[in-house]
Amino acid sequence: MSAVEQAYREHWARLLAILTAELRDLDLAEESLQDAFTAAVSAWPPVPDNPPAWLLTSARRRAVSRLRHMAVAARKLPLLVVDEPQAGDDLLSLIFTCCHPALSMEARVALTLRCVGGLGTRQIARLFLVGEATMAARITRAKKKISQAGIPYRVPSGPELGARRDGVLAVLYLIFTEGYAAAEGEDLIRTEPAAQAIALARMLAALMPHDSEVSALLALMMLHHARRDARLDERGRIVTLTEQDRGRWHREEIAEALGLLRPGPPGLYQVQAAIAAEHASAIEPQDTDWTAIAQLYELLEALTGSAVVRLNRAVAVAEAQGPGDGLELLAGLEERLPRHHLLPATRAELLRRLGRLEEAVEEYGKALALVGTAPEREFLQSRRATLRP
Amino acid sequence: MKYVLLVVGDERPWSQAGPEERAAVYARWGAYTAMLTERGANLGGNELAHSSTATTVRKNGDQVLITDGPYAETVEQISGYQIVEARDLDEAIELASAMPSDVEIRRCTS
Repeated sequence: MSAVEQAYREHWARLLAILTAELRDLDLAEESLQDAFTAAVSAWPPVPDNPPAWLLTSARRRAVSRLRHMAVAARKLPLLVVDEPQAGDDLLSLIFTCCHPALSMEARVALTLRCVGGLGTRQIARLFLVGEATMAARITRAKKKISQAGIPYRVPSGPELGARRDGVLAVLYLIFTEGYAAAEGEDLIRTEPAAQAIALARMLAALMPHDSEVSALLALMMLHHARRDARLDERGRIVTLTEQDRGRWHREEIAEALGLLRPGPPGLYQVQAAIAAEHASAIEPQDTDWTAIAQLYELLEALTGSAVVRLNRAVAVAEAQGPGDGLELLAGLEERLPRHHLLPATRAELLRRLGRLEEAVEEYGKALALVGTAPEREFLQSRRATLRP
Repeated sequence: MKYVLLVVGDERPWSQAGPEERAAVYARWGAYTAMLTERGANLGGNELAHSSTATTVRKNGDQVLITDGPYAETVEQISGYQIVEARDLDEAIELASAMPSDVEIRRCTS
């Protein structure tokens, strides 16, 4: 990695945050910082003693020159609302601004990856499987809304902070799951969005070290991500958690993630991370404490009221108490999850364990009619095939 | 910054409301505008007559076409507005949240 690439990785977000606060113009800050990195490519080596200071000075100079060439009247957008700068809060302000609830979720995701993650428009477009022009338009529109609508460049305080923090975490988690939940197509897992989300969460956890939900989200993502190499077999087929080769789990990542968990109020990510930690701590599948997991899912269901959580809870209860009890918890879920293939797939699996094979075959059929990705379809077909003579 | 808070929603419940209900709603609005004034944020506002009494004027070159009714015939209509002074969108959202109705927030560009 060249010195410029390294500086880009390490300093892009922080420098952009400082420049945005100074210039009160996200677009101008971003363009000037891009210019500074371009200048560094030809000017380095020799690498300056303090690369970020060099880049900041260069970017400020570029901004002045850009402003000089831009007639004041040509300035289309109002300046950002920036509070009295609080030392060290620039980067958090940038994150909270990119994740502001007045922006669409798509825009929040794109802006966060662009401004905080430092990804190029083409990279972001590829992550989300949309065209580059579409993504560029989305980012431009989002920046315009920030400026035009008067979205402030600020870390929220008081009672507002909790809800806004949850909003930021939701953006990061959405980026993470994008890689795992490819709804269609051949690629079931793309590890790149997950790695980006983890990098962003690391940054946020460093900025909000006392927030147990932030570190819980980071731990949750790391625990899932540590299993990436075991989730598909050599032919690209999905491998269930119990059948995964646990030797392929990244144990050092799991250990680091477990170290991040600390007691705190039972938030959404705290509970999910605790569930993931139970799975990750089991050396062999039979060591899994399903009773603890079933209790955690019950708590999570109470927190979220989510039908998908109920589905997962049913799976845990089936393991802890038997397939009959699990099946009971699935009763009536069709209404709430009409198009979710995992509901009939789970019911099929539980019916199979109860020896109710004909009903199981029927449920596998329903699941196959709803499933989107090729590897998942193959998995369900192979399961159904075992039931037929 | 100056923002317009547009009161949006289905007008039917209001047009069918009885005198007691109306009095209660007006009391809530009265308290709301008093709060705005107290904060120095009140730049004026009004309830608007029902959208069925609106008149729309469209231009087509030199022609002026006058029609009866609102610009867009939808269930949700604008039934009032409140102009406020706010530091930024967050404060405008705070003021809109305290309003006794659904709101669309638009910043005035000057």
